[in-house]
Amino acid sequence: MPAFVLRRVLGLLATLAATALIVFIVLEILPGDPAAVMMGVNATPETIAAVRLEYGLDQPAAVRFVHWIGGLLRGDLGNSYTYKVPISGLIAERAQVTLPLAVMAVLTASSIGIPLGVVAAARANTRWDAAVMALSQIGLAVPNFWFGILLVLTFAVTLGWFPSGGFPGWGAGLWPGVQALLLPALALALPQGAIIARLTRSAVLEALQEDYVRTARAKGLTWRQTLTRHVVRNAMPPVVTILGLQFSVLVAGAIIIENVFSLPGLGRLMFQSIAQHDIIVVKDLVVLFAGLVVTMNFIVDLAYGWIDPRLRKT
Amino acid sequence: MAGGVAAAPRAGRSPWRHPSFVIGGAIVGCIVVVALVSLVWTPWPATKMNIPHKLLGPSAEHWLGTDHFGRDVASMLMVGARNSLAVGFVAVGIGMLFGVTLGTLSAAKSGTWLDEAIMRSADFTFAFPAVLSAVMITALLGPGVVNAIIAIGIYNIPVFARLTRSGALQVWAKDFTLAARAAGKTTVQITLRHVIPNIGGLIIVQGTVQFATAILAEAGLSYLGLGTQPPNPSWGRMLFEAQTYMQRQPLLAVFPGLSIALAVLGCNLLGDGLRDIFDPRVARSRA
Repeated sequence: MPAFVLRRVLGLLATLAATALIVFIVLEILPGDPAAVMMGVNATPETIAAVRLEYGLDQPAAVRFVHWIGGLLRGDLGNSYTYKVPISGLIAERAQVTLPLAVMAVLTASSIGIPLGVVAAARANTRWDAAVMALSQIGLAVPNFWFGILLVLTFAVTLGWFPSGGFPGWGAGLWPGVQALLLPALALALPQGAIIARLTRSAVLEALQEDYVRTARAKGLTWRQTLTRHVVRNAMPPVVTILGLQFSVLVAGAIIIENVFSLPGLGRLMFQSIAQHDIIVVKDLVVLFAGLVVTMNFIVDLAYGWIDPRLRKT
Repeated sequence: MAGGVAAAPRAGRSPWRHPSFVIGGAIVGCIVVVALVSLVWTPWPATKMNIPHKLLGPSAEHWLGTDHFGRDVASMLMVGARNSLAVGFVAVGIGMLFGVTLGTLSAAKSGTWLDEAIMRSADFTFAFPAVLSAVMITALLGPGVVNAIIAIGIYNIPVFARLTRSGALQVWAKDFTLAARAAGKTTVQITLRHVIPNIGGLIIVQGTVQFATAILAEAGLSYLGLGTQPPNPSWGRMLFEAQTYMQRQPLLAVFPGLSIALAVLGCNLLGDGLRDIFDPRVARSRA
């Protein structure tokens, strides 16, 4: 196991380094002069030169890359050109919206998808099964940002139960914050819930074929007891690991959903930074998002190795 | 996804007996027809503004109403279908072309440094979801449909590369490839004559699924303003614009979303149906 973990950790570090290098090349080297991109077409050469000097963009690319990586490791991401504040502070502030949103979305998706998948498998080839599968097909097909708009139309505009957008901040209290994130989390959870329901169904169906199910029933356990105590428990590891692999979908979804609901999260920050040509912030955020995806895949990889010892040899 | 190598469809096994194939095929077929018709005819010119007739509800004149510029929603949806399909075809085409090439190369050189390099690169590309790639490309080149296609295409490459490699490895392990090698056939000849035809079904099935993903990604990017640019109509962009006028004309937010959902549903069902046809074992295990 230690050799397996070491191999995977080295792989993770190599991937993170490659990610940072690619992002740096695409956003700082390929544009030619990042200062010119940041200032736009109407900027004077003097202004561009001043920005180049202020942000150290006049130094050779290799020096800038090393400096940037050093900063990333120390948690010092430099200053935002647009907001004139440290980027690490900006990210920490915006993460207070994105992280709870992601957690709420995963919890919502799991609490809807897992029971539906179990019901579909336990009642395989019945109307219940067909209904769950049809629902999951719809969940996969409906774009989450459209679902978000429909939720706003119904629950905010028509019924007035929830705010149509924005975030009051956690300082306003727990409930107003949760209330502002509920509809976005539901929208974000829709495709995830559909995927989880389908995966849970197939994992439970597979677990139902195992010998221990027959043993449990022979032991005198009821069908429901067998299902909850043995089958669902054994079916969960692959579902949880796939949930981890779906993290990139969640990241992509958050970028769009935060814009639908005007939430001041990391996704919206990225979008605003592009509009304002703040390449420094875009670069840090892309690395952050890609790094999170890579790290989540790494955790899933380790979890697989822990669940199935045969994989440690690969 | 079917785990094994796709089996050839059984003789006499009619595709029409698979409801997913029939329903999905009908939906996709309708959207393709609408997109093709929009090349020669739309009820109104799709980009023509008519401010006095803005935000009208559905009527005989404007079947699905008009938007905030008085443009005919039905006509915009028709042209939007064309754009969505075009982006889907090109982006999936890019992913398929490069992914299948890399996947077959990786399988043919299995266990070598080349195989390892291709697969690690594929893992690495997974770190960048289509939206994230599009964000980078947009920051570099500016927003536009071509950049959206490149971003979605890049995202598709590792999907096809991994799938192709796993399918091709199974074909390489078969006796007939061993026989072909013994008969003096080169790696390229075996790949073209045996490997690719045997995994063709698998790739086509994945192609339909990725097509659905591409339509969703294009709509998302256009919603963010990073995809198809005005005045070209796009379903995602229409949804973005509808949001502002949702209180006055809620239907504006319904039709584009419904179009995206139908297109994605159609592709997913078609993919499911094709999978059942190409690999009946999957259909049986799902039942």
